[in-house]
Amino acid sequence: MASIILPANPSESRPGRFGVYGGRYVPETLVAALDELERAYNEAKKDPAFQAELYTLLTEYAGRPTPLTFCKRLTEELGGAKIYLKREDLLHTGAHKINNALGQGLLAKRMGKKRIIAETGAGQHGVATATVCALLGMECVVYMGDVDMERQELNVLRMKLLGAEVRGVSAGSKTLKDAINEAMRDWVTNVRTTFYILGTAFGAHPYPTMVRDFQKVIGEEIKKQILVKEKRLPDAVIACVGGGSNAIGAFYEFIPDREVRLIGVEAGGYGPKLGEHAARFRGGLPGVLQGAFSYVLQDENGQIAQTHSVSAGLDYASVGPEHAMLHDLGRAEYVARSDQEVLDAVVKLARTEGILPALESAHAVAEAIRIAPTMGKDEILVVNLSGRGDKDMGILARELKL
Amino acid sequence: MPIRFDHKPGLVIYLTVGDPSLEATREIALAAIDAGADALELGVPFSDPVADGPVIQRASEHALEHGTSLKDVIGLARELRAARPQVGLVIFSYLNPILRYGLSKFADDAAAAGADGVLVTDLIVEEAGEYLAEMNRVGLSPIFLAAPTSPDERLQAIAEHSKGFIYAISRTGVTGTRQSVAGDASELVSRIRRWSKLPVAVGFGISNAEHVAQVAEFADAAVIGSAIVALVERSTPETAAGAVARFIKGLRLPQAAPAR
Repeated sequence: MASIILPANPSESRPGRFGVYGGRYVPETLVAALDELERAYNEAKKDPAFQAELYTLLTEYAGRPTPLTFCKRLTEELGGAKIYLKREDLLHTGAHKINNALGQGLLAKRMGKKRIIAETGAGQHGVATATVCALLGMECVVYMGDVDMERQELNVLRMKLLGAEVRGVSAGSKTLKDAINEAMRDWVTNVRTTFYILGTAFGAHPYPTMVRDFQKVIGEEIKKQILVKEKRLPDAVIACVGGGSNAIGAFYEFIPDREVRLIGVEAGGYGPKLGEHAARFRGGLPGVLQGAFSYVLQDENGQIAQTHSVSAGLDYASVGPEHAMLHDLGRAEYVARSDQEVLDAVVKLARTEGILPALESAHAVAEAIRIAPTMGKDEILVVNLSGRGDKDMGILARELKL
Repeated sequence: MPIRFDHKPGLVIYLTVGDPSLEATREIALAAIDAGADALELGVPFSDPVADGPVIQRASEHALEHGTSLKDVIGLARELRAARPQVGLVIFSYLNPILRYGLSKFADDAAAAGADGVLVTDLIVEEAGEYLAEMNRVGLSPIFLAAPTSPDERLQAIAEHSKGFIYAISRTGVTGTRQSVAGDASELVSRIRRWSKLPVAVGFGISNAEHVAQVAEFADAAVIGSAIVALVERSTPETAAGAVARFIKGLRLPQAAPAR
């Protein structure tokens, strides 16, 4: 087991630590910028004017609240628990990423930063960031791995149309991790003028906390909506986990409700060996990558492993530090579903409910399809449908031989 | 052993260990020392070097292609210490390879090999509690980076926890060669001197004798990294050591010849 670098007094709870996880493992050049960001965020959080502006954009621009849809035919076909979908796929730009991009975009404006950078895997965060930059009149540069640019080409075109510059990254596995490396290099170079809108609940403090705060509206809405429809809490909330922003957004409100199972679904890829999947809780060890201490897929020398997933958004070697804590505490369970199970889930949801999920979100659907038949008909599952699948049509056409 | 800058200006030479091979790095390191390097930074290749520009990224990839590990770097430090007892040896790494090796075991092994100090690129003083305890336990110098963006209270903390020397980053950005040394650097060094009596070495973008002379006006040493690594990349394994030695000899202008 890797040795853990702890603050001087580990029992001392401090901002940015989730148990032993999280922290701030970055080059010195970025520390002042992270401090500035943390101060600005803490002020904005308490400012009613900032919250009101964000609320207006979330409701009138992005389309919140999103519906909670009961899946009647899917539930009947599986013959077990009642399945509800939280419809983040219906948001403007097609995924939950807009919640966070709006929040950080407004924060950048408040801090007077005119240049925005972002990384993207599946392209959903890149599109959300490009959208917010267009809305707020800011310059936007998005880093994206070459492999992801090819497999999520539609989103590349959307970003370009929205006025963003998309910079391909040819290093490493040419996926999300490499895009984050390149965004961090840009930020370390242009730190005085540039705001980095990080898309997931990962990285150095304050990002994991800030991104979770901008996404926790998902779980808050789920709770209100399910109490209206069912007069009780669900038995489980299921969400896919890449960096983990949609999952922590869906889970956070339910953490104190011990009777609600929280199930995170990682990318099982095509096999159990290192390099064949992105299931950090199955093959990873605690370590440091890109600013945070968390579970990391790595080799025996501490080099970060290559990962694989059919979904670009889950194809990442580490996971948000708050998930690492929930995992160790046993408060959330983490499972992995394979590429094939995910493709099957896409078809099943499309043909029973007329809903095309993103490949990322389909991991959560696949887990619901697996466990619903084992549960009673009076039990309730809520699946966070974090994004829609239009962007994946190229992959789906090829994989499903449409 | 303390790291000493006997030459004026002092020269710290960074090498990505294992690029192009472990044996070649050993020859290059010996040549660099004999050509006048006061200290060597032995760079541990890492898969995700976020603080490095394209030159060191490529060198790291080459080194990892044949499996260069932290253990190899410690082994090289041991050989260099035996061969050249006077030179300063710093192990330069990202944090994760050290965590995987085991922090305590790393401290023991690096000290036993004869290393003088350790620099961890992505470990800042606030996160370094256990690391500092281990460095102190085995008598290794923890060397921290100071950046132009670091406010005075951070420089004070960096000064308080550093031993050996303080590494001042010449400008914001990743490693790599630049046209000139930024004005940021001299201001940063004078701010560091308010808090520390340790030698200050300036790095990032130092690539020729003119840069070294500029740095010598306000700092104790210059760190040359990417320029050396790029030279190694342009050379063959057989010619690299000679090329690096000639390059280092040319870094000190005649009026600033070795003091001894």
